Amino acid sequence: MAKFKTPFLDELEKGPWPSFVTDIKRQAKTKPELEDLLGQVELSYKDKETHWKHGGIVGVFGYGGGVIGRYSDMPKEFPGVAHFHTVRVNQTGGFYYSTEYLGKIMDMWERRGSGLTNMHGSTGDMVLLGTTTDQLEEIFWELTHDMQTDLGGSGGNLRTPSCCLGMSRCEYSCIDAQAICQEMTMHYQDELHRPAFPYKFKIKVSGCANDCVAAIARSDCAIIGTWKDNIRIDKSAVAAYVNGELKSNAGAHAGRDWGKFDIVKEVVNLCPTGCMSYDGKELTIDDKECTRCMHCINTMPRALRPGVDKGATLLCGAKAPILEGQRLATVIVPFVKTEGTFEEIKEVINKLLDWWMEHGKNRERIGELIGRMGMREMLKATGLPPVPQMVKEPRSNPYIFWEESEVPGGWTRDLAAFRKKHPL
Amino acid sequence: MDIEELKKKIMEWAEKSTKPKFYFKDIGKAAPELGPREIKKAVTALVQEQKLEYWSSGSTTMYGVKGKGITEEAQMGTHEE
Repeated sequence: MAKFKTPFLDELEKGPWPSFVTDIKRQAKTKPELEDLLGQVELSYKDKETHWKHGGIVGVFGYGGGVIGRYSDMPKEFPGVAHFHTVRVNQTGGFYYSTEYLGKIMDMWERRGSGLTNMHGSTGDMVLLGTTTDQLEEIFWELTHDMQTDLGGSGGNLRTPSCCLGMSRCEYSCIDAQAICQEMTMHYQDELHRPAFPYKFKIKVSGCANDCVAAIARSDCAIIGTWKDNIRIDKSAVAAYVNGELKSNAGAHAGRDWGKFDIVKEVVNLCPTGCMSYDGKELTIDDKECTRCMHCINTMPRALRPGVDKGATLLCGAKAPILEGQRLATVIVPFVKTEGTFEEIKEVINKLLDWWMEHGKNRERIGELIGRMGMREMLKATGLPPVPQMVKEPRSNPYIFWEESEVPGGWTRDLAAFRKKHPL
Repeated sequence: MDIEELKKKIMEWAEKSTKPKFYFKDIGKAAPELGPREIKKAVTALVQEQKLEYWSSGSTTMYGVKGKGITEEAQMGTHEE
């Protein structure tokens, strides 16, 4: 029999979706302390306030992240969750796991924690929910020594870099997303584990502009695969799509009858830059106008493929809405080759971090710093050249300005003489 | 500046601070002539020596002088707050 009545939580089991309440109730049959979790969360719904204290000192020795202290503010009433810390575990590249590995993680978490997990957190980590302070070093030892796995990032750290599955399975991928993610994770270990940033900093790597890890929306530094040359066109496959021999979108969305595939309506007219045309026989692309949105490639993957001169676009400044509104990332390097140990990418990241560490206010993301000080200041600090891809709107209010030294005569030129030549 | 000298300056600043916990950026006030990378080296060493400690909300990290302000025991509710 349940320790507490939970009428509010029971409501959350009635919808069509899987419920965390059902999961906790099931787990409470083998972990009775989770009855206290249900009791406390129920009380939070009743009181309309959290009964977790804010933050904590706990962690593993030498690490400033990876463990998030959670303490009940009613430990006498709910002793099973008096301390109920979260452990963030660095996920694998592309989220590939063997069942043996997952079995080890879960065996450890059943022994040393609540058995509850969140696979995965929005940063990408495996999130292990609920353990006690005395178990933390033991968990860290088992993860690192028995599973060759590290803790992830939290707090004012570099957060655990994450990536899509990249070239390992996806023919769209223009970069080895997993290799880049691994290199960034290893190179920035100090930044990942020892906090010295104004706030969080996320690096996410997507193999193409489909952006399966939402790098452009969620990461302070997005590395997104792209290509420089022309989309490769297989004319016979284009014809096969048009006459229905090949299914558009690789047969996805096939649950309804959408009618015959219409290349003009479904591809050409949906091109965001209008750089495509179809004359009834041949599909042509004005590649210099293409923004690499991936729509045409997604729709006709057998007929269209990314070019062969591949690399990455670097973007900066995205964030989800917490302190201020959400932001999408801005292009800062339109194209960079991804070779060797990705030194060119690291050089840009290092400059961004230096500028942000110097000028960022406490709890200010780098995107907000760019918003406060201006793109121009960021470009000056990092030495990145301004390029048209950085301009968000159609040049109505470009933020690339002239320095006085760049203008003949500076700011003191003779305006009367100028107006004589250029009358209003 | 020698790292030992910097560590000493940071501890003097931290112990004088009226706030029990402070952001990393604020620690820079102990040696404003130095950059954050140098400060970080000294702060990391002080954490290793257990003179400073981390406090984290999960989204933000702060530093504190070990034993000053909230303690692990108090957070667990075993001490009166």
